[in-house]
Amino acid sequence: MPVLSLNESLLFTSMLFSVGLAGMLVRRNLVFMLMSLDVMLNASAVLFVAAGARWHDASGQVMFLMILALAAVETSVGLAIILCLHAQGRPTLDADTGNLLRG
Amino acid sequence: MMSLLLPLAVLCPLAASIIVFLSAGRLSARAVGGVACGGVGLAALSAIMLATGLLAGPPGGVVHAQLWEWVRVSGFSADIVFTLDRISMVMILVVTVVGLLIHVYAARYMADDPGIARFFGCMTLFVAAMLVLVLASDLLCLFIGWEGVGLCSYLLIGFWHDDPANTAAARKAFFMTRIGDTALLCGLLLLATQAGSLRIEPILAATMAGLVPSFTLIAAASFVLVGALAKSAQIPFQTWLPDAMAGPTPTSALIHAATMVTAGIYLIARLHVLFAAAPVVMAVMAVTGALTLLVAACTALVQSDLKRILAWSTISQLGYMFLALGCGAWQAALFHLMTHACFKALLFLAAGAIIMRLGHEQDIFRMGGLRRTMPGLGVAFVAGASALAGLPVVTAGFYSKEMILAGVWGSRFMTPLSAHVLWATGLLGAFLTALYIFRCVFIVFAGEGKGAVSGGTPRLMAVPLACLTFLALFGGIIEMPDVIAPVHLFTALLSPSGHPSPMHEPGWTVLAGAIVPLAGLAVAWVLWGRTPAVMREMPQQAAIIRLARPGHGMDVLYDHIFVQPLRLLVWLTRRDVPDRLVAQAGWLTRSASIALAKTRKDILDTVARRTAIMTAEGSLLLGWMQNGRVRWYAGWVAGGLCVALAVVMLS
Amino acid sequence: MNPLPALVLLPIAGGGVAWLAGRSRMAAALRVHDAPWRIALMTLVLETLVLLVATLRHPAHAEPWMAHFSMPWVPTMGIAVRLDMDGLSLALIWLSLILCLACLFLATRQVMANGGVFHFLLLATLAGVIGTFLATDLFLFFFFWELMLVPMFVLIAVWGHEDRQRAALKFFLFTQGGGLLMLLSILGLVMMHYRADGVLTFDYFALAATPLSPTVSMLLMLGFFAAFAVKLPVVPVHVWLPDAHTQAPTAASVLLAGILLKTGGYGMIRFNVMLFPDAAARFAPLAMGLGVAGILYGAWLSCSQDDVKRLIAYGSISHMGFVLLGIFSSSPMGMEGAIVQMLAHGLSTGALFLVAGSIEERMHTRDMRRIGGLWAAMPRLSSAGVFFAVASLGMPGLGNFAGEFLVLLATWHVSPPVAVLASVGLVLSAIYALRLVNSIFLAPQGGSLQPMADFPARQMMALGCIMAFLVVLGLYPQPFMTFSAPSSPFPTTAAGREGHAS
Repeated sequence: MPVLSLNESLLFTSMLFSVGLAGMLVRRNLVFMLMSLDVMLNASAVLFVAAGARWHDASGQVMFLMILALAAVETSVGLAIILCLHAQGRPTLDADTGNLLRG
Repeated sequence: MMSLLLPLAVLCPLAASIIVFLSAGRLSARAVGGVACGGVGLAALSAIMLATGLLAGPPGGVVHAQLWEWVRVSGFSADIVFTLDRISMVMILVVTVVGLLIHVYAARYMADDPGIARFFGCMTLFVAAMLVLVLASDLLCLFIGWEGVGLCSYLLIGFWHDDPANTAAARKAFFMTRIGDTALLCGLLLLATQAGSLRIEPILAATMAGLVPSFTLIAAASFVLVGALAKSAQIPFQTWLPDAMAGPTPTSALIHAATMVTAGIYLIARLHVLFAAAPVVMAVMAVTGALTLLVAACTALVQSDLKRILAWSTISQLGYMFLALGCGAWQAALFHLMTHACFKALLFLAAGAIIMRLGHEQDIFRMGGLRRTMPGLGVAFVAGASALAGLPVVTAGFYSKEMILAGVWGSRFMTPLSAHVLWATGLLGAFLTALYIFRCVFIVFAGEGKGAVSGGTPRLMAVPLACLTFLALFGGIIEMPDVIAPVHLFTALLSPSGHPSPMHEPGWTVLAGAIVPLAGLAVAWVLWGRTPAVMREMPQQAAIIRLARPGHGMDVLYDHIFVQPLRLLVWLTRRDVPDRLVAQAGWLTRSASIALAKTRKDILDTVARRTAIMTAEGSLLLGWMQNGRVRWYAGWVAGGLCVALAVVMLS
Repeated sequence: MNPLPALVLLPIAGGGVAWLAGRSRMAAALRVHDAPWRIALMTLVLETLVLLVATLRHPAHAEPWMAHFSMPWVPTMGIAVRLDMDGLSLALIWLSLILCLACLFLATRQVMANGGVFHFLLLATLAGVIGTFLATDLFLFFFFWELMLVPMFVLIAVWGHEDRQRAALKFFLFTQGGGLLMLLSILGLVMMHYRADGVLTFDYFALAATPLSPTVSMLLMLGFFAAFAVKLPVVPVHVWLPDAHTQAPTAASVLLAGILLKTGGYGMIRFNVMLFPDAAARFAPLAMGLGVAGILYGAWLSCSQDDVKRLIAYGSISHMGFVLLGIFSSSPMGMEGAIVQMLAHGLSTGALFLVAGSIEERMHTRDMRRIGGLWAAMPRLSSAGVFFAVASLGMPGLGNFAGEFLVLLATWHVSPPVAVLASVGLVLSAIYALRLVNSIFLAPQGGSLQPMADFPARQMMALGCIMAFLVVLGLYPQPFMTFSAPSSPFPTTAAGREGHAS
């Protein structure tokens, strides 16, 4: 007996996703953007779990685990890029200044 | 033991040849000569041992040496197999003994030549190839030797390759004989198709049993005849032999005396059963032989080059042999082949020595009075000349020529061709032979001395000359006409079981054969021998002589009819036609597509320009969207997602 | 362990290593300027060992097919990696290896510009050729057929002589065109088989049993024939050959003349005569006519060439005419003659190209009128040249004659006039071969008398081996013929053939 019904969890995940998306669009800080991205990923992960619970299928949880790994990888790569940029002597975290693709 | 000696006889010269070739430039000239003479000497030794062994055996006995099978496929098989019977025994003795004497002579003659290794390599290879040819009892194996001889003659005639004339002569010899070889090959193919094998005995047995259709027989015999004619330089292939004088003198001696040109005679003698079944071909052969005999003798009469006189005389003597073969007297042909090998080798070697001592002077009209300055050579040359002319009783040539004439007299032709006409031709030939060779003798040795003579004849060259002189004078007594003495050793040797040559001929024919050379000698004496000679110089003006000088105009004729047009044709068609076609097609396609592109361009231009403008504006728009800001991209993604959702919902 | 895949993969792998070793940084590290050459040599030695194992592992003709290897590749399409070896493929692979080794000894060590890539391409061509000789899956066969084409194209186009681009393009277009026709035929045959049996397969043995109507089988056979005729080459489509041979670098010329042409002959035996025996028998008169035309036309044009390599190239067109004649003479004798002729031609003409290449490298010209007599300056090179020229004019006792004789004999059984015409080619071959000998080897010395290096002893040894092979092939061809007999795709007839031959 699931704690949440499918509808509820759908509502919850879409809210979570919207929050992430909004964060992504409005924040300029790269770190915050990364965090928003994670929020969006987690939203879809929760949806997978919920769907798995609804249809009594273990694949949902498997997908959750995969998304978890993906999120970890994505975050680490993103952070690495940010660190790299810093190491090159770029003082800012503003995403909009990085559109020149120059070092 | 015997069958082991047989391949050894071939192997010795071959091994000598390989050693000489491989060691080129490392061995001294003396060592090279030694190796070559050793190789041929061993071959001669084993040939003598084989001969004694064979004669000690039963009559009609043969020695087989089956070496390996060449091919064995369904419908055909050929082996490398050597057989020694009486015919090939005579031949290997001639080839190795005369060859050995020539080699000994050449070891001294060529001692100063830088290319001596190449020379002796080819010479010994020549002897080896000739031995293969003679000993082979499979026609395919014979063909290997047959072409090998041709190749060696090519290499030797063109030995001094710095003069293009020499290499041209060499090539001419090879091409002429190659044409014959191809005909022979066709004959072999025909026989192989009929018999499934090229072993000589089964083929001859099948012929005797009448298993082969007569048309096939005639065709095969004609093919073989053409091959033999080309190899033995008979009409119409005679032109290569005089040019072959371009090689060193020992080569000429080897080609003319012991090997190469005798191959044709040998082949026909060996296949005489086949030819006996094709009388038409026999008649053609006899007529060709007689014709060659006369034509070559007449040509020899007007030459002024010592070696060329001998060359034409070789052709003429080969004509004798073909005449004999054509009349079925193949024993006589072989006998003449044997004596001819001795005296012709003698003549060539003596001529070579004379030429060498005169500082490479070959024109007989610039010689003269040599009987005083080089008496030894004079004796040798005169002995050879009298053997060639066939002076009665004292020379070998007399007996062999007598045997041929007797054979011709006694032959029967089914065709209207009369044997007596051929006999008369042979007699006329004998007269001409005596005339031209004693002309040469008198001009060279009699009269006033001209030109400087240097040095003496080295001993290494004198010894072979002495041996050959002996053979040329006394080699013929093993076979005599009945009128003189009933000695028939040679005939008995060749056909031991058969009837002892019942060639009954009237006594006056023998007398005629004896008188005619003497008459020739007398006429020559009258014309050229007496001190104020009747004909001292060459009558240059006579048109017939000018025509005859380069070889009866045949050379010129061939040059005009075959060689030049062929050359022109080859030159005209030197471009590869399909190649040109493809190149043209490629060029056409290219120009057509260029033209098409040009016409199309005008129409397409406007369209293209419009498109270009629109593309440029569109790209500006896209470029603005592509601003590199991550947040904008995320926005686009979200917006796109919304639109997609909306489309899904609304549809 | 099955040696067949190793035979194909080894050259490619060795070539790859040679390429790596030839890169400038690697070469500097190795401190050997001819590292690619050494690696290629080692590869070939290894390959020879593998081939030796493959040869010795199977006692002489215990069964017609000596080795088999099979591995699925695209199972849904019925395509598999099927490699089979019979005597014919074994003999031709030996020929390829011998020629490749001779090439390495005589011609490729001097290649300095991009030596690594050069050797890679050389070995890749070899791999393609060996694969062609082994493949019994038609798709795989086609794959290898095209595989050998590309490296050869690059070899000609990059390392060739003055007019290399055009020659390479011509070569590529002609061979490719033929190859496409063959592809169509292969697909057609597979479809016919699918329709008849309901099995989609590219297996040679399965396809050999396809029932075909006469028209269809003729059409399919012609498609195969087109590809092989271009490669052999047969006269109207020989156009690419003189240019390609002339413009290619020495090693590539040798491979082209010695091996690549043989794939044409091999294909005709394996895929024309064996796969479509009836259609081939009906096509035989025309094919024999083409063969005679090739013999005469090639020899005729060869007589008028002044370019050494071009002369040899036309000569080899003439020789391959004999191969065509033999293959379509519809008798085992002619077939075996054709095989012997292929082996002998590969050796003699390959060696002639090696000699010609060496002359070109020393004299910087291929024009016979400007080369002049070389005997005095280079007796070794010249004697080798004379030997191989004499071999190629069909001297009895050397390999070419054995092949030509058997072919002519088989032809005589079919039609004497054709055989007589073909034997006229022998006279013409004497003319061009002796013209070659008398204008560059045994000839008056040319104007330029700068001292030139003769062949060193080691290279002469390599050529000496080829000479020995030719002599043995000419004097004792029987073991080669037993050894290299092609096996039939039908098991029953194969057994019958064996019984008949023994």
